[in-house]
Amino acid sequence: MVAIEMKGITKRFGPVTANNQVDFRLEQGEIHALLGENGAGKTTLMRILYGLYSADQGQIFVNGQRAHIVSPKDAIGLGIGMVTQHFTLVPTLTVAENAVLGYIKSFGVNPHSIQLDVKAAADRYGIEVRPSALIRHLSVGERQRVEILKSLYRNARVLILDEPTAVLVPQEVDVLFETLNRLRADGMSIIFISHKLYEVMTICDRITVLQDGHVVGTVKKTDTSQTELATMMVGRETFGVSRQGERPQGEPLLLIDNLCANDPKGFPALKGVSLEVHTGEILGVAGVSGNGQSELSKVLAGTLRSTSGQVTVASENLTCRDPDCFTAARVGRIPEDRHEGMVGELTVAENLALENLGEFIHNGLLDQKKIMAHAEKLIAEYQIKASPNDHTRILSGGNMQKVILARVLSRSPRVVIASQPTRGLDVGATEYVRSKLLEQRDRGAAVLLISEDLDEVLALSDRIAVIYEGRIVGILTAKDATVTKLGLMMTGAREAEHAAIQN
Amino acid sequence: MLRFKIEKAPAPVWFRTLIPFIAIVVTFIVTSVFIIWAKANPFTAYYYFLIAPLSNPVSAIEVLVKGTPLLLTGAAVTFAFASGYYNIGAEGQLLAGAIAAAGLGMVLGPLPALLNIPIMLIGGFAAGMLWALIPALLKVKLAVDEVVTTLLMNTIILFFISWLLNGYWRDPVSHQPQSATIAPSTVFPKLVVHSRLHLGFIVAVLVIIIIYFVIKRTALGLQMRSVGLGKDAARFAGVKVGTTMLIAALVSGGIAGLAGVGEVAGIHFHLISQISPGYGYTGIIAATLGGLNPLGVGLAALFIGLIDTGAQTVSSAMSIPIYLGNVVEATLLLVTLSMFVLQNYRIKRV
Repeated sequence: MVAIEMKGITKRFGPVTANNQVDFRLEQGEIHALLGENGAGKTTLMRILYGLYSADQGQIFVNGQRAHIVSPKDAIGLGIGMVTQHFTLVPTLTVAENAVLGYIKSFGVNPHSIQLDVKAAADRYGIEVRPSALIRHLSVGERQRVEILKSLYRNARVLILDEPTAVLVPQEVDVLFETLNRLRADGMSIIFISHKLYEVMTICDRITVLQDGHVVGTVKKTDTSQTELATMMVGRETFGVSRQGERPQGEPLLLIDNLCANDPKGFPALKGVSLEVHTGEILGVAGVSGNGQSELSKVLAGTLRSTSGQVTVASENLTCRDPDCFTAARVGRIPEDRHEGMVGELTVAENLALENLGEFIHNGLLDQKKIMAHAEKLIAEYQIKASPNDHTRILSGGNMQKVILARVLSRSPRVVIASQPTRGLDVGATEYVRSKLLEQRDRGAAVLLISEDLDEVLALSDRIAVIYEGRIVGILTAKDATVTKLGLMMTGAREAEHAAIQN
Repeated sequence: MLRFKIEKAPAPVWFRTLIPFIAIVVTFIVTSVFIIWAKANPFTAYYYFLIAPLSNPVSAIEVLVKGTPLLLTGAAVTFAFASGYYNIGAEGQLLAGAIAAAGLGMVLGPLPALLNIPIMLIGGFAAGMLWALIPALLKVKLAVDEVVTTLLMNTIILFFISWLLNGYWRDPVSHQPQSATIAPSTVFPKLVVHSRLHLGFIVAVLVIIIIYFVIKRTALGLQMRSVGLGKDAARFAGVKVGTTMLIAALVSGGIAGLAGVGEVAGIHFHLISQISPGYGYTGIIAATLGGLNPLGVGLAALFIGLIDTGAQTVSSAMSIPIYLGNVVEATLLLVTLSMFVLQNYRIKRV
């Protein structure tokens, strides 16, 4: 049975066609992936289904009936629920209160009865949450479960998940997949938006691939492979850029000595990290997320003050200096969160100039011509799909990352600090970013690559340091590093050994 | 059949410029009820409100007089808001400028006007900066909410003025609590004889033009906008967030201080505690109406000057209560501000 059918959907935003004559069929009781690069039109299509956008052309059928969905309220009424990347939960309310919020119409609310109610719903679908817990005490994975529960509580039979794994750590992904399998067994239909091939191959039954707003095809999981999907997505069969050959070790350039720093709550997150990055090498920092990577990249960007220890670049002490000192010392910084590096409401040209404004001043005024010329040059050189006067916020993730790369790498930095440089990017953009980092290494820069993507670290790094609970547990050369070894170290194996010896 | 639908997207530019005019029509319809209630013809009332002030040079000049302090407080607020510093204290900074002007006006007597007037302007600017300094430092160093502190500083300075005027600045000749009259060499020259339009108007227009260039065309302006629009990203890119905000806050205070100088040296010639009928707050409205674009803010300030003048004309010409003028003025501002929501939508043919 067909749960949802979308026929000939077209949606334009100004000159951009986000969806072009898209046909999409969701069978009942299946997990159906919408796969595509960033900007392929996956989220737009689903926003149309959920009533957040209205299509310029096309029809939607729900259970065979023509449906006019003009607001999320209509969608919810038709049993469609959506979990977006940015959660819509009230942190100060409980799980139960969030689940019923806006759904119950009665004036008074009995906290106990709604908790029982929500608990019953949670048990029915096998979702593990404590209804009396406050949202702000929950982890990201738990919050996502609450979002799913919220949809289910509203009697959703079709669930749209927009890149649900982007915010999760690996263990949470497993829990999510268990939940989804249970929901499928219960007859729910699930749309899973993703650009991660292996996830799609793990959890989904059928896959619809979008590219540049149109459907490339719909395939069954059993009839396809990751390679075929990648080809469909990007229209070319190349996958993975990697480091070529060994290089003799250069001079140490970036020295991190016994660095300590606190997390935003004031607890120690870095507990004496020492690293040396040499010219012409990529030093990868691998680890499970939340082991201090974030603080390390912030200290090295100048946006977080360390509590002790030293950061030196070519014998220049940069400990506790401001970001502009790092730029002046020719340290290029790629932030963990792209939005942290770009002012969304400023134009691309302005963002590209922002780090080095001093060079764009003529007679006390900003030299608009020079700013524009600079932007046009970098846009061409880094293949950014944007014009200099576009507001940066409208750019896709990949293009935004290219703007940051352009700003940083066009300065030929001596040291590059790249933190999660390909997180959330599609295959094409990921490849591009990785090749740019390798270019820096080959040019002789010292590159510190902090990444939670183990494949990325393995593919690019000359040496790999593993971080666990704010400490470096060990450093392996690329030759010695294997997934198993690294995996063991990422769980703090060294620490366990120490403990064993001391006992 | 043609079908239309409303979509959330920036409205076309031509429509955005129309918004204030649509607001005038809507306000006319809404407030007509009150005017008819007061047994007057709404069309005549509106003639006196919006057209009459511009129909003769005397009242047209008065519009500029009323607009002068608003140009400055509007500019002050715009400058601070551009960097994300919500200065609600333009009123207090204006009063600080007025105190400085009155004080300088009393002691500067013997020097020539050519020297005195720049000293008055610099003194008022400095006083406004000084009054803006404490909340700005609290914000930058300790992250204390500037909306609260700048607002409280307004009340503090009012008491300070009251203390001055009832104490040792009190003019012994006058029955009112006011300071002694400032020296003639410190009085702003008139731009038009037999009118109240003074040098301050030129200063105000210059300030609007200067802040336009600073915000749009200088490195400081770009840094201010980056801080206002995305503080973390600005810091990441190496902008000194605290320093930038501090500069914006202090310059904003200084500009508001200039408004106070104008009122003392151009209009009243001494300090009184009612020297500002809320120009600092109305400046926030002008800044908002003008969409935080200095040129738009300039137009908005003059427009508020127009309805201020019109409110007086309408009540004296038609013998309807003067507060009805205030009602129309307030409604117009409310309607215009609400109408700004429209600039986020456009109508499309389906």
